[in-house]
Amino acid sequence: MGKRADSMKDFWLSGELFVWMTASGVAVSLLMVGAMLALIMVNGLGQFWPATLHQIVLKTQETLIGQLVGQEVIPNSVTLDRPDGLNRFRYRVGNRDVFGSEYRWVNGDDIISTSRPEDLTFVERREWGPAFGRLGIVGKDGKPEASDGQTWSAIGALVQESAALRHRIEHVERDEIGAINYRLEKVRRERRALMLDGRLSSREADVDRRLVDQIATLERDYRAKTVTLEQLHQEAGQKSLLLTLANGPTLRLTLDQVVAVSRPNDMTWSDKSVAYLHNLWLFVSSEPREANTEGGIFPAIFGTVLMVFLMTIAVMPFGVMAAVYLREYARQGVLVRLVRIAVNNLAGVPSIVFGVFGLAFFVYALGGTIDQLLFPESLPNPTFGTGGILWASLTLALLTVPVVIVATEEGLSAVPRDFREGSVGLGATKFETIWHVILPCALPGILTGLILAMARAAGEVAPLMLTGVVKLAPALPLDGYEPFLHLDRKFMHLGFHIYDVGFQSPNVEAAKPMVYMTTLILILMVVLLNWTAVMLRNRLRKRFAMSPV
Amino acid sequence: MEVRPCSLSSTPPTVSSRPVMPSVPQSRVLREQSHIGPSVDAKIQVRNLDFYYGERQALFHVMLTVRTNSVTAFIGPSGCGKSTLLRCLNRMNDLVEGARAVGRVELDGTDIYDLAIDVTDLRKRVGMVFQKSNPFPKSIYDNVAYGPRLHGTKDTRRLDELVHHSLEGAGLWDEVKDRLTQSALGLSGGQQQRLCIARALAVQPEVILMDEPCSALDPIATGKIEELIFKLKHTYTVVIVTHNMQQAARVSNQCGFFLMGELVEFGDTKTIFTTPHDKRTEDYITGRFG
Repeated sequence: MGKRADSMKDFWLSGELFVWMTASGVAVSLLMVGAMLALIMVNGLGQFWPATLHQIVLKTQETLIGQLVGQEVIPNSVTLDRPDGLNRFRYRVGNRDVFGSEYRWVNGDDIISTSRPEDLTFVERREWGPAFGRLGIVGKDGKPEASDGQTWSAIGALVQESAALRHRIEHVERDEIGAINYRLEKVRRERRALMLDGRLSSREADVDRRLVDQIATLERDYRAKTVTLEQLHQEAGQKSLLLTLANGPTLRLTLDQVVAVSRPNDMTWSDKSVAYLHNLWLFVSSEPREANTEGGIFPAIFGTVLMVFLMTIAVMPFGVMAAVYLREYARQGVLVRLVRIAVNNLAGVPSIVFGVFGLAFFVYALGGTIDQLLFPESLPNPTFGTGGILWASLTLALLTVPVVIVATEEGLSAVPRDFREGSVGLGATKFETIWHVILPCALPGILTGLILAMARAAGEVAPLMLTGVVKLAPALPLDGYEPFLHLDRKFMHLGFHIYDVGFQSPNVEAAKPMVYMTTLILILMVVLLNWTAVMLRNRLRKRFAMSPV
Repeated sequence: MEVRPCSLSSTPPTVSSRPVMPSVPQSRVLREQSHIGPSVDAKIQVRNLDFYYGERQALFHVMLTVRTNSVTAFIGPSGCGKSTLLRCLNRMNDLVEGARAVGRVELDGTDIYDLAIDVTDLRKRVGMVFQKSNPFPKSIYDNVAYGPRLHGTKDTRRLDELVHHSLEGAGLWDEVKDRLTQSALGLSGGQQQRLCIARALAVQPEVILMDEPCSALDPIATGKIEELIFKLKHTYTVVIVTHNMQQAARVSNQCGFFLMGELVEFGDTKTIFTTPHDKRTEDYITGRFG
């Protein structure tokens, strides 16, 4: 017995067990990260693949057209004579406006036949999600045209025409009318600013009259543009496509409702791959539609990147300066130790607390004051007195400043004493030594802090919800109108977008792949931001490598 | 951090009239007088210097004279205070928290611990080379130009000249002239140390302090540095700390032996190494301890 205990002890002391334990710790961690990524990618990346459309005939003589999205064994269906149980299939049948629900369960028992006719068409619409069926063209007289071999290419041409038309409509709506609105708003504000002090001097009255004229001109322009817009809409509505649904009912789709059409059963692998990449590109480059459940996420990507960028600009100087003071200038005593503890604890405060602070201090106190002092003509509409990208960035800067301070301090303390002495010995002042020698050497450490701060900021959602993130921002915070960077604007953010699409949208089930896709993009963005910073740091490391001797 | 510069305001101009400290052996004071007297070629005069790290006293009543255009060596076992004294000569000890000097250190007759002294200006006049070569992680050129740039030399042609001249002065020019823009960290240990000397020369100092400059180098690199020191003494005043006694014997004109914070003996190197007055010096030099 004693001998065995001894050999157990020997085995433990040999360290082999310990090596196994540590190695399995690493393995489990890797496995978890890998599983997470795989899950997200499997669930998200599939949605852009043009899925096969099935035509199913049921025992009830009903016909369905849909994409197979899942199957399972019906619970309680396993009996002695049927040990495998009964399967049931879940189809995405689309046409939400007609069928009421986009998905349908079908029992395997009820299916008579399944086929994949090549003429089944997938129609992506601007509203109500996708529709599946057979497409035909409606002539000018409103009657369906005879369908022949030419029809499909004619449809393709029509859809392209519709895309061009929609592009023009968007141009008029957003660019032309947007510009008029912008100028109108500016002139109106100028006029209100004139009126603020109550009475008008004769010179001011002249200005006022000129402004009134300008407003009239702009309003006339605006009306003209509205007419153009109406014409375009009418033009788009004139031609339409006829979609024959599974059971015979037809759906008339005016051209401006159709985004894209495809026949997945008729596509080769290479066709599908091209379509896949195209869809993926549209996802990252276009704007969301239909309460964010369709379309792309470009504004969210843009908002996230810009917010992180602004946060970086805000957090760097403060964090680095604070660290330099704490490490280089402050007398190392009880007080500095207390400050350090406080800074470290600040990093552990729940982020929503920062959100509340941002709302109370930045938005209400600071923003409200700025509005009263600088934008009185817009009141009671707030300019900076409401959530916006500036306040969100500053709140996140506050959240991440401890990370930067701690990392910078570590970087500073890692600079060898010899460098300081060498510099001071040449007659450099303390400031010159810090500026020319110590800070450059500490730069890799500082960048490490920045990387950590960016990673944290890109993933933080809670404080943003209080300080400026919205479900759908009408305009990007960066555009062609003066002053180009609109710090007061609300913005979209990938993290919040995930929550919104997944849990706040009217069509949660259909939006599920969007949730995973958006998550994947968020991960990719954080990785990309970090990778850039790491590359930069490595280059600096090489340059400022410490003396080998 | 700050050292309150202290000087004995009551110190008389000449040492002969100064009251003799009871703990200092009479013979030593008398011997030192010959060097402390108002000789023409005195560059640095240390007068009755006490030095403290916080509560601990590191130097006791040190008195010596460093002559212009000569090499002065400080020898002694580790922790004897020789480096501390060296660092007092350009006030590098100011960087040490709680350090405090009492006494006078005169550079050309002016007390460097005087409140009116500009420390950066002092360090410009009294340059330093450290035990561990410490080139900045910059290019060779930028390392040498660092000092002149700090002190306001902006003209590129003048900087080029200074860099060339300093590197030549440090005997490094031929080895690095083709790679001035490369990182200084790519040089060998000995080259790095000579680069540090060039860096010190570029500021055009009057005195160069060397704190065990060869302790991390191989014999060949050491030989080069020693040759360099011979050359340098024609233009500069050199003070060197070493615990290699052969080195002190080879390069120095005057030599001081330190033991436990006291300057045991100071005089011509030849005298110290052949006929030391003090028994402790003799024991150290003949290798009986240390």
